[in-house]
Amino acid sequence: MKARIHAAALVVLLVTSGCSAGSSATVAQGPGTLAVGFTAEPANFDFTRTDGAAIPQALLYNVYEGLVKLDADGKIVPLLAESWTVSEDRKTYDFKLREDAKFSNGAPFTAEDVKFSLMRVKTDWTVSIKSTMDVVERVDVVAPDHARVLLTKPSNGWLFSLTSRLGAMFSTGGVADLANKPIGTGPYTVSSRRRGDSIVLEHNPAYWGKKPAYSTVVLKYIKDPTALNNALLSNGIDVISAITVPDSIPQFQSDDRFTVVEGTTNSEVTLAFNNARPPMDDVRVRRALSYAIDRKALLDTAWAGRGTLIGSMVPPTDPWYEDLSNAYPFDPAKAKALLAEAGQVKSPLRLRIPNLPYAVSAAQVVASQLADVGVTVTIEPLDFPAVWLKQVFTDHDYDLSIIQHVEARDIVTFGRPKYYWGYDGKPVQQELAKADAGTPQEQVDAMRQVARRLSEDAAADWLFLFPNVIVAKDEVTGFVRNQVSESFDLTGLAPR
Amino acid sequence: MTLKIVRRVAILVASVLVASIVVFLFMAVLPGDPAQVALGVNATPELVAKTRAEFGIDRPLATQYFDWIGGVLQGDFGRSYVTREEIGPALTDRLGVTLWLVGAGMLVALLIAVPAGTFAAVRHRKADGSAVSGLSQIGVAIPAFLAGIILVQIFAVQLRWLPSGGWTPPVRDPGEFLRGLVLPALSLGLVQGAVLTRYVRSAVLDTLGQDYLRTARSKGLRPFQALFRHGLRNAAVPVVTVLGLQLATLLIGAVVVERVFVLPGLGSMLLDSVASRDLLSVQGIVLVLVVGVLLVNFVVDVLYTVLDPRLRGT
Repeated sequence: MKARIHAAALVVLLVTSGCSAGSSATVAQGPGTLAVGFTAEPANFDFTRTDGAAIPQALLYNVYEGLVKLDADGKIVPLLAESWTVSEDRKTYDFKLREDAKFSNGAPFTAEDVKFSLMRVKTDWTVSIKSTMDVVERVDVVAPDHARVLLTKPSNGWLFSLTSRLGAMFSTGGVADLANKPIGTGPYTVSSRRRGDSIVLEHNPAYWGKKPAYSTVVLKYIKDPTALNNALLSNGIDVISAITVPDSIPQFQSDDRFTVVEGTTNSEVTLAFNNARPPMDDVRVRRALSYAIDRKALLDTAWAGRGTLIGSMVPPTDPWYEDLSNAYPFDPAKAKALLAEAGQVKSPLRLRIPNLPYAVSAAQVVASQLADVGVTVTIEPLDFPAVWLKQVFTDHDYDLSIIQHVEARDIVTFGRPKYYWGYDGKPVQQELAKADAGTPQEQVDAMRQVARRLSEDAAADWLFLFPNVIVAKDEVTGFVRNQVSESFDLTGLAPR
Repeated sequence: MTLKIVRRVAILVASVLVASIVVFLFMAVLPGDPAQVALGVNATPELVAKTRAEFGIDRPLATQYFDWIGGVLQGDFGRSYVTREEIGPALTDRLGVTLWLVGAGMLVALLIAVPAGTFAAVRHRKADGSAVSGLSQIGVAIPAFLAGIILVQIFAVQLRWLPSGGWTPPVRDPGEFLRGLVLPALSLGLVQGAVLTRYVRSAVLDTLGQDYLRTARSKGLRPFQALFRHGLRNAAVPVVTVLGLQLATLLIGAVVVERVFVLPGLGSMLLDSVASRDLLSVQGIVLVLVVGVLLVNFVVDVLYTVLDPRLRGT
């Protein structure tokens, strides 16, 4: 009898422990519910103090909104600002705000919140992308629906960064516990989360804009790509936000229960050269390596031939895109000649890569093709992110590395000599500065110059651009084909 | 008896302390800075330094350790660097999932092993008995994750009878909870059952050779009857020992199965925390696991005395 009571107590303990502390991710099943599968889970909800793509992917445009957003073509369009004007000297921005927007804690959205949010980036944010906000001198509240931003110098990059998490609007009284309680003006609010499993978003009834077609969206986090695919195949989810194993795409294409949406991303898979250290500080060696690699063959091996060869740090969705993929056509003979001229590379090059599938398979191709021109490469996979970040990124202890650079317009990193590329080119820094300060046309011209010069210098070898592949049940429509913003935008999704 | 328990408790506490120090030092020498991982690419050295100070990982190791263990003794496991939530409640939450999984896996294993092992022992000279032992040999060779992948392919992807993964807490929807538990419990339990079958078989074989069973048989009882009336309790002693030892294996299997079936248990929390160098979480999880394994050993010890009266004197 006593044993039975103990057993009952244990059951009670187990049942209650299974639902403790805000973890009961209640899901109303039904036609208004959509389940989307992701591989990377947000560590918490605070993208002002925690880096990584997963938090803005879930929250930006869905829970948080900015003054402006990026549309599917990569164009800056109004969101919480109905319109804006730029002064003659390009240093003063006047934003006319929506009057009907509210935060999910009930507070109205006003110019005070714009001032609060933009100035807070400088003082309270700890993620490093905040540096694009350094140009903000001050924000003036002209009227409740009129905010004026004054910059210390003209900056195109600043307005663009407002479309990212940096432009997210926070409520003055709603930042006490950002890691756990996000409060934004968006169409959804976070209703619950179960760590290691899911986040549930519910439609925000007070939303100023169009009511989203799905009132409940469950973001399911499934790290293993095969398990993610299985979840869609077995009806566990409705959408895979991004396929990470290209071999699995054909099985979805051949099954008429599913649609496959393919587009581009901002994610350049780059063979990084340590420009600051011999032998990679010799432009002849860098060019030789670029000639020695057959990028088409590499793309076939590393990503089943999907993706785009771009030959630069610029994806096709940027206004200054230009196809530079033929700057260094595959030419082993030329590579050998250049290497001979530079004096052979004697000791083996250390190719230190993150232990991620795309990097491992690309590294093998790189190593074998470089061996063909007489360059020995030792591949060293490092635990990602921790070890790669420390040894390659922070300590610059590498000759070659392969990594995706996922951020938008990250070509500007070549303007920083201390960045792990070790690239110190004054002309590139000057052109980048000119592009940031100029008119839109001047910006396009200067950015093209930057990309061309980096290609001439063979500052890195841009292997390919990651494709954006979404797989969904046939009845779900409205996806943004190209992943150009930081957000997985749920607002346009609707049943067929 | 009291002295024995006091001694065991002392060993338990000492083991936990040693384990916590070892884990703490091990994490400290692993390459990878928690602050750098939290801040990601582009982080400036100043920011990293500031964050290290905020996390308190710029202090001497000993200070960090004593701060932590002092908190734990008062029931405070600290706040995670990465998730910024209290680690204590997160541990309880995750432990619940893992306990369900291990419990259900063990149940499946016993449901397979006891009948199959007994059958194989009683009929060990017959073809069907040998067939059962043979099958169990094959089962032992299959890793739990492979069993999981195969089960998912058949029952989730092809037949679509059961979910391929995910966790529904029992209070929210008991039906969905059970449906979700079936495949993970089976993949853990089938392999474990095969292992246990061999132990049950040899334990029962041993018992069958004992004099008192021969006596029972000579009084006209059939082999199964004799075994059920007089032998099973004796055969249970070695099986309980193995069960205790296997529980550690089961926990390791659970870590893998949690990954395959996307269950938010302690195992997946451990993997995530190590990857993100979330020092405090790793320490907390390992502490819970160590205490768990030691407690099982303790319970096994007690069960011995219950099952085998000869051990009660000591």
